[in-house]
Amino acid sequence: MYPENYRYTKEHEWVHVEGDTGTIGITDHAQHELGDIVYVDFKYGRDTLKPGQQVDQGKSIGSVESVKAVSDIYSPVSGEIVEINQSLADAPEKLNADPHGEAWLVKMRLSHPEEIANLLSAADYQTYIGAEK
Amino acid sequence: MLAAAPLKATCLNAVHRAMSAKMVDFGGWDMPVQYASLVEEHQAVRKSVGVFDVSHMGEIDIAGPEALQLTDFVTTNAAARLKTGQIQYAGLLYEHGGFVDDVLVHKVAGDHYFLCVNASNQEKDFDHIRAQNRFDAEVGLVSDNYAQLAIQGPNARATLQKLTTVDLAPIRYYWFVDGAVSGTPARIARTGYTGEDGFEIYIDPAEGARLWHEILGAGKEFGIRPCGLGARNTLRLEAKMALYGHEIHASITPWEADLGWIVKLDKGDFLGRAALDKQKEQGLHRKLIGFEMCGRGIGRDGYEVLVDGAPAGWVTSGSPSPTLNKNIGLCYLPLAQATVGRAIEVVVRSQPVAAVTVETPFYKRAK
Repeated sequence: MYPENYRYTKEHEWVHVEGDTGTIGITDHAQHELGDIVYVDFKYGRDTLKPGQQVDQGKSIGSVESVKAVSDIYSPVSGEIVEINQSLADAPEKLNADPHGEAWLVKMRLSHPEEIANLLSAADYQTYIGAEK
Repeated sequence: MLAAAPLKATCLNAVHRAMSAKMVDFGGWDMPVQYASLVEEHQAVRKSVGVFDVSHMGEIDIAGPEALQLTDFVTTNAAARLKTGQIQYAGLLYEHGGFVDDVLVHKVAGDHYFLCVNASNQEKDFDHIRAQNRFDAEVGLVSDNYAQLAIQGPNARATLQKLTTVDLAPIRYYWFVDGAVSGTPARIARTGYTGEDGFEIYIDPAEGARLWHEILGAGKEFGIRPCGLGARNTLRLEAKMALYGHEIHASITPWEADLGWIVKLDKGDFLGRAALDKQKEQGLHRKLIGFEMCGRGIGRDGYEVLVDGAPAGWVTSGSPSPTLNKNIGLCYLPLAQATVGRAIEVVVRSQPVAAVTVETPFYKRAK
């Protein structure tokens, strides 16, 4: 369920690092807690998030909204946005179906790869969400 | 430091957990908000049948020679016009005209009225009614005696009929029969909070889990779904049914909440009447009205509403409507602006988003 080669945050995001690039998404636990997702919005501060934007670890890069709630997406790492998954605009329900795969949110070029060390392993994340219940 | 009060649990708590329901704190109760998908649960009720555990709801008995007089005095609707076996939706008001709660009044007998009240208000309602009791009547908070299950949707009757010898077809909307379901005594009421046909049954909590499974079994051929409070909220919002704490509360009167139809001014004195008379005479300042979002965004509870760019009101409930595929909501606006077809804006996370006021209910079932 939770890929071993991803790293996780307590705010329920994941990052998959390959070389100097990180792919970011929300966890299966997050999509399950939110329920039916209807909007994904990419924003940094008041501006629409675009490729080229430098983002800091822990800052909101947008929000995910379900029928019953809205939740911020916090960047698990710092870096430059290189790609945004625009397919989620028309098909936000993909986030419920495949949150660890097809429904990734953004790809980033990491500026501080050492930040990865602060994130949770798959096992630790599962322990964390188990304890949260 | 004060420790948080432990959450209260219905007799079905373990059943919900075993079904992997997502549980939330709902007014101090540990309740299922959804099982698998809120939208699918919502659609099951609109298209076929769903079952809800609403055992958190409170029950109050008013009994005795002057039970009617007390019931009539504390509620806004005409309790005296009820026939035995009939139900009324009514307001329970403070003297200043604001809501203590909204309730369902069941006439069990000439000297016995049974009120179904909101879970988080039950002690407050009980104290409120007792404080007004200068009649020859006894008031009892009897919530612990009842589990309540709601079977809702076009196939609700066919589902429940399999479990009872009471002929359900002749029970009209807002009437009830005391009978049995699957061998256990049950108050079977044709009521609901979804805008669909359906029943709410009041049973012994010791039988709650068994009946829950019996109902799921009986509805299997119709694709019955267990439904959580999430779907209950979207269903009631589409039908424009008020939710205490949102559309109605202590600072809102029935006139403002567009609930004038539950106030019977021709019935004589009742608690809150003088304030309602006065407000009617002086005119309202605000009124509840429906809206639909035009721009991208969902106007949620508590969001500010702008008219001509200026703050004018607030959203009481808002959600995507699974039936209409639109984002809908209810809001309070100054009376002069609470008219259908008005362009408004709802402030969604600091961003004004275009919306328009519309006729309600948003959804009405075909008869």
